[in-house]
Amino acid sequence: MIKLRVNGKPRMFRGAPFKRLLDVLREDFRLTGAKEGCGEGECGACTVLLDGEPVNACLIPVCQAAGRRVETVEALGTPEKLSKLQASFLERGGAQCGICTPGMLVAARAHLASGGRPDDASVREALAGNLCRCTGYQHIVESVLAAAKGAKKPAKAKRPRA
Amino acid sequence: MAAMASVGTSALRREGPEKLTGRALYLDDLDVPGAWHGVTVRAGVPRGRIKSVSFDPSFPWKECVVVTAKDIPGKNVVTLIEPDQPLLADGEVRHREEPILLIAHPDRAKAYEARSRVTVEYEPLPPVLSLEDSLSVKEKIFKDDNVFKSFLIEKGDLKGGFALADFVVEGEYRVPHQEQAYIENNAMAAWEKDGVLTVTGSLQCPYYVVKALKVLLGRDESKVRVIQTVTGGGFGGKEEYPSMIAGHAALLALKAKRPVKIVYDRHEDMAATTKRHPAVVRHRTGLTKDGRLVAQDVDVVMDGGAYATLSAVVLSRGTLHATGPYECPNVRVRARAVATNTPPNGAFRGFGAPQTLFAAELHWERISRALGLDALTLRRRNLYREGSVTATGQVLRESIGASECLDLVVKRSDYEKKRKDYDLWNADPAKPTWRGIGLSVCHHGAGFTGSGEVYLASRAAVALTRDGRILVLAASTEIGQGTNTIFAQMAADALGVPSDWVEVETPDTHKVPDSGPTVASRTTMVVGGLVRRAALELKAALDAEGGRVPKTRADLKKSAAALCGREPLRRFEVRYEKPPEIVWDEGTYRGDAYGVYSYAAFAADLEIDRATGEVRVRKATTAQDIGRAVNPRLAEGQIIGGCAQGLGWALLEEPVYKDGVMANAQLTNYVIPTSLDAPPFDVTIVERPYSRGPFGAKGVGELPMDVPAPAVAAAVRHATGRLIATIPQTPERILAALAGPEDA
Ligand code: FES
Ligand code: FES
Repeated sequence: MIKLRVNGKPRMFRGAPFKRLLDVLREDFRLTGAKEGCGEGECGACTVLLDGEPVNACLIPVCQAAGRRVETVEALGTPEKLSKLQASFLERGGAQCGICTPGMLVAARAHLASGGRPDDASVREALAGNLCRCTGYQHIVESVLAAAKGAKKPAKAKRPRA
Repeated sequence: MAAMASVGTSALRREGPEKLTGRALYLDDLDVPGAWHGVTVRAGVPRGRIKSVSFDPSFPWKECVVVTAKDIPGKNVVTLIEPDQPLLADGEVRHREEPILLIAHPDRAKAYEARSRVTVEYEPLPPVLSLEDSLSVKEKIFKDDNVFKSFLIEKGDLKGGFALADFVVEGEYRVPHQEQAYIENNAMAAWEKDGVLTVTGSLQCPYYVVKALKVLLGRDESKVRVIQTVTGGGFGGKEEYPSMIAGHAALLALKAKRPVKIVYDRHEDMAATTKRHPAVVRHRTGLTKDGRLVAQDVDVVMDGGAYATLSAVVLSRGTLHATGPYECPNVRVRARAVATNTPPNGAFRGFGAPQTLFAAELHWERISRALGLDALTLRRRNLYREGSVTATGQVLRESIGASECLDLVVKRSDYEKKRKDYDLWNADPAKPTWRGIGLSVCHHGAGFTGSGEVYLASRAAVALTRDGRILVLAASTEIGQGTNTIFAQMAADALGVPSDWVEVETPDTHKVPDSGPTVASRTTMVVGGLVRRAALELKAALDAEGGRVPKTRADLKKSAAALCGREPLRRFEVRYEKPPEIVWDEGTYRGDAYGVYSYAAFAADLEIDRATGEVRVRKATTAQDIGRAVNPRLAEGQIIGGCAQGLGWALLEEPVYKDGVMANAQLTNYVIPTSLDAPPFDVTIVERPYSRGPFGAKGVGELPMDVPAPAVAAAVRHATGRLIATIPQTPERILAALAGPEDA
């Protein structure tokens, strides 16, 4: 039996110790926020925080999370009460199809929470392990920067003829 | 007071809160009680006849359900355009990833194990693995000439045009496959209940799936139901293949008498499902010495893969965009899509146009060299303007922002100054990089080609329920582009109510009418137009009932009760009507190929490491005329996202084919742009309203994909003095080009 804390709550897992953390979260704990995009550590859709550090849950056996803190997107906020970071993504178009979003949010949060610099280059560096095929990243980076600065409104899209 | 207009504002993404909190349920997140896991046994040879199929007797087969072609109650075909692709191969296999049989097991790992215990033996046949081999017809794999489809467009007098030319410039351009690489792999679940077979999953075109299932199962439409789940990207990649997977899941579910889920892993998704068609495009162009086009002769060949699937329509769009957005009095475009023993190619954002536009745009670099005139001046001399006549004889009447987009991009990218500055930079041997800036201008027809929209006869509806809910009913899917949000905005403005009064129904074929597929940049312009008209009908009914549109929710409830009477809802459905001025002749390929075109210009500003050949895009500047931006933030998201895919195709992405299958079918070695590869984008939305588009809107989805690749290749040429007529422009290709001579 493996004990771990998931989103602040103690959880127990009985089963194969080498089952992927991603499968344990999704199948055993029914936390489907973290996604599988590749299963080989390339896309970051499965990103969760392990003791505050972003990891690819598709590469980690659950036994490696024993006695540790796991945080998933489900811990950040609810549709009714979005966290500042989530609200910023909503406001600025940081999510399109949304499949990369849970991983992006978790990675961005880890960056900001660990005192990472709120500038374009550092945010891009921090998110380099999270693939997004929809956005071209700019609105994601803007969302993260705005959340870090506590800004309110996105810049208006430029339109010469309104 | 009327509600504030929502169209033109960046209303927040409707389903955003669910997506941002992990609550949005994609197919793999759905808990389908009792579902077994389905897997697919694939051919493993590029061409051959099936001799035998054997099952390892040491495996407990009675725990599984196995489906073969014999279990198909209707026709063994994936219905699309031509009925040539079987759902399960029976007899001959035509590509390596062709499905042969299906297995479902309660345990996912066991299902995969079962798959490895099946052995298929073949009598091998010689495969045709390249476009060139197909054209040479050494082996016949489709009819007599291996040609799925061909087109010819002719305008004016080509010979006469070349006779007038002071210069004739020729060039050949090549583009590879491209993988859509949506981050959510294909996934589908099916079950039968009360005689209705329900299929749900990740898809773009619910009614394509219905049509395929009807034929496959020999059932009436009322006994087949297709529901879209939240979909993690499509880009064309979930246009046709979901019909295949839906059929597989349906057969397994029917035989197992329980729900079955099929979730592809990344490798299977990349290897087996459709890609962008590779193409070879040749140009022969006649110009006067002051740079006016007098003759364009273009030849296009696309590799369709093993079955016809969508190749005819992809080729059609490629053909119709092959000249670029330039007027020329004498034109010939010849185009063919050919068969090879590789997995069928299909829809990918742009749909044939990025392939031919790459050639048309990059060709200006060759022309520029030959004439001694810069590519910007050449473009300005020939660009479409009001009254221009296209290769099909279409007179462009309105909403033509090509020049405005180009001017904006030239200005905002500082193009002319940078051309000079970078020449100086590049001439300095002490600099660690070469720098270049390159341009492109493209057009993109919105909606189906020619009479396509007439044949589709799409429908959409707006309903008012007795308790006062306003529902948009359409089969257009939200796949990330913002369909939900913009439909609500357009319906709300047509009605004159706040947009949060409007709900958008999930595409479920037992609830929404057939609005046609979610493709071809048609959702906003065509289906949005239907939504607006349906909303206007509801408004008229409300006006007639209460003399006005309700101002408060309480008002709305009262009106709704009066309007509905005893019915649970009143539904106002409209059907596509062709604007009378659009005339198209399918037989001669003459006339109005598209109701209207969107336009875009792009400048790629990049630098190349002199030692490694590595390219870094410093900045991407683009201006795009999309008629009217219904939601500017979402439109900008489409533009940046589409351009990033175009940059990926230009610089990084290369499916490597070995023995007829993609050898790098993994995200590890099929590289798409990361946040570090994507440059900062400077985007300007140009609004030249289209009188037939809802609120003036044209298409936006595909256009951004067209522009980056030719601009990148032009910038690489500026930086290195070498024109590389293919993509991706990888460090290897650039270093190889540098080892050769500078362009003559
Ligand atoms: S699923 Fe874990 S990195 Fe892609
Ligand atoms: S929003 Fe679709 S992959 Fe990022």
